[in-house]
Amino acid sequence: MNIHEYQGKEILRKYGVTVPKGSVAFSPEEAVKVAKELGSNVTVVKAQIHAGGRGKAGGVKIAKNLDEVRTYAKELLGKILVTHQTGPEGKEVKRLYIEEGSDIKKEYYLSFVLDRATSRVVLMGSEEGGMDIEEVAETNPEKIFKEVIDPVTGLLPFQARRMAFNMNIPAKLVNKAAKLMLGLYKAFEEKDASILEINPLVVTGNDDVVALDAKFNFDANALYRHKDIVELRDFDEEDPKEIEASKYDLSYISLDGNIGCMVNGAGLAMATMDTISYYGGSPANFLDVGGGATTEKVTEAFKIILSDPQVKGIFVNIFGGIMKCDIIAEGVITAAKQVGLSVPLVVRLEGTNVAIGKELLNASGLNIVAADSMADGAQKIVELVG
Amino acid sequence: MGVYINADTKVIVQGITGETALFHTKQMLEYGTKIVAGVTPGKGGQTVEGVPVFNTVQDAVNETGANVSVIYVPAPFAADAIVEAVDAGLDLTICITEHIPVIDMVKVKRYMEGKKTRLVGPNCPGVITADECKIGIMPGYIHTKGHVGVVSRSGTLTYEAVHQLSQAGIGQTTAVGIGGDPVNGTNFIDVLSEFNNDPETYAVVMIGEIGGTAEEEAAEWIKANMTKPVVGFIGGQTAPPGKRMGHAGAIISGGKGTAKEKIKAMNEAGIEVAPTPSVIGETLIKVLKEKGLYEQCKTH
Repeated sequence: MNIHEYQGKEILRKYGVTVPKGSVAFSPEEAVKVAKELGSNVTVVKAQIHAGGRGKAGGVKIAKNLDEVRTYAKELLGKILVTHQTGPEGKEVKRLYIEEGSDIKKEYYLSFVLDRATSRVVLMGSEEGGMDIEEVAETNPEKIFKEVIDPVTGLLPFQARRMAFNMNIPAKLVNKAAKLMLGLYKAFEEKDASILEINPLVVTGNDDVVALDAKFNFDANALYRHKDIVELRDFDEEDPKEIEASKYDLSYISLDGNIGCMVNGAGLAMATMDTISYYGGSPANFLDVGGGATTEKVTEAFKIILSDPQVKGIFVNIFGGIMKCDIIAEGVITAAKQVGLSVPLVVRLEGTNVAIGKELLNASGLNIVAADSMADGAQKIVELVG
Repeated sequence: MGVYINADTKVIVQGITGETALFHTKQMLEYGTKIVAGVTPGKGGQTVEGVPVFNTVQDAVNETGANVSVIYVPAPFAADAIVEAVDAGLDLTICITEHIPVIDMVKVKRYMEGKKTRLVGPNCPGVITADECKIGIMPGYIHTKGHVGVVSRSGTLTYEAVHQLSQAGIGQTTAVGIGGDPVNGTNFIDVLSEFNNDPETYAVVMIGEIGGTAEEEAAEWIKANMTKPVVGFIGGQTAPPGKRMGHAGAIISGGKGTAKEKIKAMNEAGIEVAPTPSVIGETLIKVLKEKGLYEQCKTH
């Protein structure tokens, strides 16, 4: 789960990480009010969307007085911001973050991520701040430093200092930088983050070390123990179908095509998309109903697929293991009867309780095309959709 | 024969009194798995499906001599269940549970360093040695005994591959689901090396998916060490970047972890990669024929 920059900075403040003063604003009036309270010479007006690359896309403005704050706020609110992370359709700006300007002397990069190879959290840092870190990794890999963190001890002070020295942070500020890193790790660990990226981290004219940006991503599997984080969720930033799916613990992702897919298991769901594409079709979604699905969940999943006006046909591909075929069949039947089935439906069932599942479908009177295999089903639905 | 588990394996079911665990305990018993104990704290002394229940894994081990456990405990308690299995000194623990927080698994892995227990999973279908022992949630009837090893990050895609093999008359030794999480106990190389040493296994099917670099590392290992043919498949070839495809581990980020890179690495290591999941079986048969192994692998 992603949150906004201003929310991330609020979390960081609680962990003693230095961030510039600022506050969120939902209207130009609020923006001016916040700027007035800040009383800084320069005020930064930052568009709040869940995507990086806002600066380059014109989503960050420097205002020299309150009139400029108002002008920029008016300009940004309601604007569709297109960055390299939003896709071509962009994202509408509905919130602004009004922040005091910082006297930036130099920009650095810091992040905490999970390293799969070591199964540990890794601190990454570079003196090449403000840039895309993937670009640095490609052009100047020797300028990226890593500290592998032992979960028993957490990030240790010497590691943080070593990182600060490696990043060429001025010697007199190394302890400040190290303290900031320790605070960041504490926030990362206690809040079950999966990514925490500070880009840029800056050293200022008055010798402060400041997190100028904060990008948090949280482990969805750990949200059950972080009610405070769940409250930060911004539904405006998400696809309504994905929100609906998440209420039922369904793993759903909208795609561009016209063939709705309902599959059990993430691997099989991806493979089903691949197979549909292989036969010239185009999937409308990724949907893994998961292992513990009930008839109710399957019904909801089916409704979500049918709610997409792009969907011209549905392919249900189930290989039951923990998921039982009869549960799927019941869900499909219930949903089809409740919402009315107006598009072709191809069903392939295999695995646990397959015989009962097939019987239920046959007896349902629904117009279902049965498939013998994933390839057979994919071909059939591609033909039917045309 | 087969790897990790066989007809002599004595199994504990952790969380045995839960609904899912009960259903699959029945299925495992029907398959012939020797389930000797269950564990649910506070329910020690009960019997379910003829299996005695204990309060702790240690009690279960002491009383029954079990050497392997399977975990169906809900995600918030699953990391603790793994550690309990490791503490009891089991040879192997297989964690079926999905949605375990990553930080919990980072700590579990750290705890396991220097301990003898192997962990398979979490978020996996389990391990099955055909006709001998089934531990997990896979449908037993699709498996037939033979000479092909299967290793996969995805549960249902493993069933798909096994089903195709069985339908084509190619039996299996062991199928191992290593799970779809970014931090897991057993990786491709661990399983490949077991298959390499198993005299009954003549060839291997390896099923990967987008995200991470486990397939690339496995490909390098195969090139240097594997004496048996390997056929592969990578799920998620059409997945868009930046979208997490269900599995916590299945995401293309920063241009890394794409199917294209993985397939390239595998091809370079001499692994034939099936273009679609529907032809995993066909692809293996083609390779077996090329290597003169088809007749030996054709089991029924």
